[in-house]
Amino acid sequence: MSIVPVWTLILGAAVFFYVVLDGFDLGIGILYNFAKSRADRQAMMNSIAPIWDGNETWLVLGGLGLLAAFPLAFAIILPAVYFPILVMLLALVFRGVAFEFQFRDAEHRHFWDHAFSIGSAVATFAQGIVLRAFIQGFDVEARQFVGGSFDCFTPFSLFTGFALMCGYALLGACWLILKTEGALGEEARRWARRAFLATFASVGVVSLWTPLIDADIAARWFSFPNILYLSPVPIATALTGFLWWRAVAKKQDLAPFLYAILLFSLAFLGIAIRLFPMIVPHHFSLEQAASDPSTQVFLGLGTLFLLPVIFVYTGWSYWVFRGKVRGDIGYH
Amino acid sequence: MALDPIILSRLQFAWVITWHILLPAFTVGIASYIALLEGLYFFTGKDVYFRISSFWIRIFAIAFGMGVVTGVVMPFQFGTNWSRFSDITANIVSPLLAYEGLTAFTLEAGFLGVLLFGRKLVPQWAHFCSALLVAFGTLLSSFWILSTNSWMQTPAGYRMVDGRFVPVDWMAIIFNPSFPYRLAHTVDAFYVTTGFVVLAVGAWLIRKKTFAAEGRVMLTTTLTLLAVLVPLQILLGDMHGLNTLEYQPAKLAAIEAHWNSEARAPLALFAIPDEKAETNHAVLEVPLLGSLILTHDVNGVVPGLKDFPASDRPPVAVPFFAFRIMVGLGLLMLALVVLGWALHFAGRLFTSDWFLKALMWCGPIGFLAVLAGWTTTEVGRQPWTVYGLLRTSDSVTPSLTGGDVLISLLGYGVVYLVVYPVGVWFMARAIQRGPGDIVVPVGGGRPAAPVKAPPTGAA
Ligand code: HDD
Ligand code: HEM
Ligand code: HEM
Repeated sequence: MSIVPVWTLILGAAVFFYVVLDGFDLGIGILYNFAKSRADRQAMMNSIAPIWDGNETWLVLGGLGLLAAFPLAFAIILPAVYFPILVMLLALVFRGVAFEFQFRDAEHRHFWDHAFSIGSAVATFAQGIVLRAFIQGFDVEARQFVGGSFDCFTPFSLFTGFALMCGYALLGACWLILKTEGALGEEARRWARRAFLATFASVGVVSLWTPLIDADIAARWFSFPNILYLSPVPIATALTGFLWWRAVAKKQDLAPFLYAILLFSLAFLGIAIRLFPMIVPHHFSLEQAASDPSTQVFLGLGTLFLLPVIFVYTGWSYWVFRGKVRGDIGYH
Repeated sequence: MALDPIILSRLQFAWVITWHILLPAFTVGIASYIALLEGLYFFTGKDVYFRISSFWIRIFAIAFGMGVVTGVVMPFQFGTNWSRFSDITANIVSPLLAYEGLTAFTLEAGFLGVLLFGRKLVPQWAHFCSALLVAFGTLLSSFWILSTNSWMQTPAGYRMVDGRFVPVDWMAIIFNPSFPYRLAHTVDAFYVTTGFVVLAVGAWLIRKKTFAAEGRVMLTTTLTLLAVLVPLQILLGDMHGLNTLEYQPAKLAAIEAHWNSEARAPLALFAIPDEKAETNHAVLEVPLLGSLILTHDVNGVVPGLKDFPASDRPPVAVPFFAFRIMVGLGLLMLALVVLGWALHFAGRLFTSDWFLKALMWCGPIGFLAVLAGWTTTEVGRQPWTVYGLLRTSDSVTPSLTGGDVLISLLGYGVVYLVVYPVGVWFMARAIQRGPGDIVVPVGGGRPAAPVKAPPTGAA
């Protein structure tokens, strides 16, 4: 029996955790410069200061999980998105050190404010390009990427970068609704609504654009009877969107964040349906790209044991910093 | 001029890892030191430990943040620039790296928030445990990453299938022949490095007289630790060398700039190796000492570079000089520690201004030794990424052009040259502020009644 399905789920979960967790961190960075006052900005930063490091760790776990479970995919995809990855990493360097630097450096605070917000925006944009390039597929011969390092930049991938910025801003605004109150809380609701509309509009554009340029995908989604099986995804998305809007209108704190996560999971599911069972589209399936069974079992057993432990102590750390942002906790 | 993607990728890897390693070299040590201080405070209740610990936590926070962001860059290097290496070795190295993520990075990140910001939110014992777990996480991280690197140096427990490595025995892979030595020698190097930083800061505080009490505690605790750690480091280095002689003879020959295999070999203290003529110039050597140190026997045989085809030899001058720098700095450290204890017994440790000044100047000594040590290890491994099995030139990503890598290298160059000086400057400022404004709380721990959150914006 193959363990590949287990690894598909683990890796999918790791990437999803990254997208949601660092998604709201990066979203806060994207919204940061829209804040009206120094105090608001500080509260935004403090709302993620104790946890951003843990959230970013999922990026490492996702990357290493891909290397461990599907090394062939890792060795093809990363060279193909060489520049978006470079840009993402450099942007993450800036937004990461900005946490420590901006509150220590009154003289250059503006610089580090921008490092934080532009760094977050650029990292997100680059991730969107990676996402689109990955879905699109690459030029592959034998076990190697043979295209050029700039192939991944297309109008579509740039647009996807923009769409992801809207999506992360939505997550970030929902986190702020949860963690702040007063004027900033109100502001967050306004941001959330705008980000929500922008996200829905751009995801709509992506959904229509894709079948236009990719006949395979069109066939997969719109042929009978697939359309019957698959229609629950867009329908559920529309329903969740409705529930989200109502929760914000009713001034609920937690519900908008949870519905936003649900929206992201539906989008994630949609992408998974498109790709399955391929991991390098048009070239290698999950089974073909998988690492040696001994590697998968050796790491898989440890992972299944360790993940619950990680959830427990990460949960504890979130619990310690629960509730609305407090002025005396964090940077000041 | 044609840009060579291999050379540029190597430069890029050397650039990003060199900057990265400087931070673990400090965070691994200081995390343990903070855990020690928190423990001392927890069990003795003395305020001075609280103040010293809080003081170092501020500096640790900056270093750790930089360590994380430069570390995240590292695993992606394997994919972007060394994709052939990734494809060929993934079955073996990927679980080691992934276990580092699962056991170490998550542990560090999970408890770091509480360590940095949670003092007022959790009971004192929980804060102390967080400090312990962060320190433990950095050690686990060292364990796995050094296992990976050691496997590349001295591969074991594998078999080749279709030109790729496949695991046979995981115990043999993790505990490969050079791993115990490399782990012990590197972790001790990190502790020693941190020790000299703490000494330098302590000496500075004493000389400035403002926080002399804290400075004196830093000096005595650290000198006690270094009295064990520095001699141990030299002993471990010697054992590591014997291991290299056995498993990487070409590297050892390069370290010693030794061309002809011979018994009763001398030890070159200085030489200018000439790779074209396969000989050394301007040699200053001690007879017999080479065999004695390397084989612990005057009649022992030391391998020479000419035993290996030229295409399998590492560069000679770099490992030769890097090794001598490391050993020289190690001996200098030993001298400083011995001197410190002599002054202590003479009752003049805190009053000998020249010695305190010397300690201040020697603050970065450990970082230099760590870089010299790694340069020896890594350049000595060339021309292989997996010793004797996979060449560096067969590891690089085939689709990259020289121009691509030049752009990325410039990117890393500019960004690190902005971020590092600024980070060091902030750490220096935190040191300059001293522990003066640290207020020891009454009681500590989460308040009995929930504190009403102040309106947002009060931060
Ligand atoms: C012996 C110790 C050691 C060595 C040789 C390395 N590292 Fe490192 N690394 C650490 C010790 C460490 C650490 C102490 O655990 C750090 C430093 C500060 C920190 O946040 O964790 C860290 C951070 C760190 C992070 C960020 C973790 C996070 O998100 O929290 C990554 C992804 C890596 N490293 C990866 C690497 C890779 C791929 C290396 C080699 C090619 C490497 N490190 C060399
Ligand atoms: C942490 C301290 C380290 C330092 C300072 C360091 C330094 C270096 C240097 C200077 C090179 C270039 C050698 C040359 O091209 O002649 C190199 C190469 C390399 N190192 Fe390390 N290294 C370190 C750790 C590691 C670790 C832990 C790993 C593995 C996980 C590793 C993997 C590699 C690889 C794959 C190369 C190949 C690229 C090349 O040969 O240039 N290194 N390293
Ligand atoms: C003074 C006596 C010392 C001796 C005899 C010694 C010996 C060695 C040897 C033989 C190696 C392995 C090279 C290889 O074959 O790969 C090594 C590596 C290394 N050394 Fe030293 N060393 C000494 C002092 C130090 C000091 C004081 C430091 C730092 C504080 C240090 C840090 C390192 C590091 C980081 C490495 C690379 C990792 C490794 O391979 O262990 N060494 N040393």
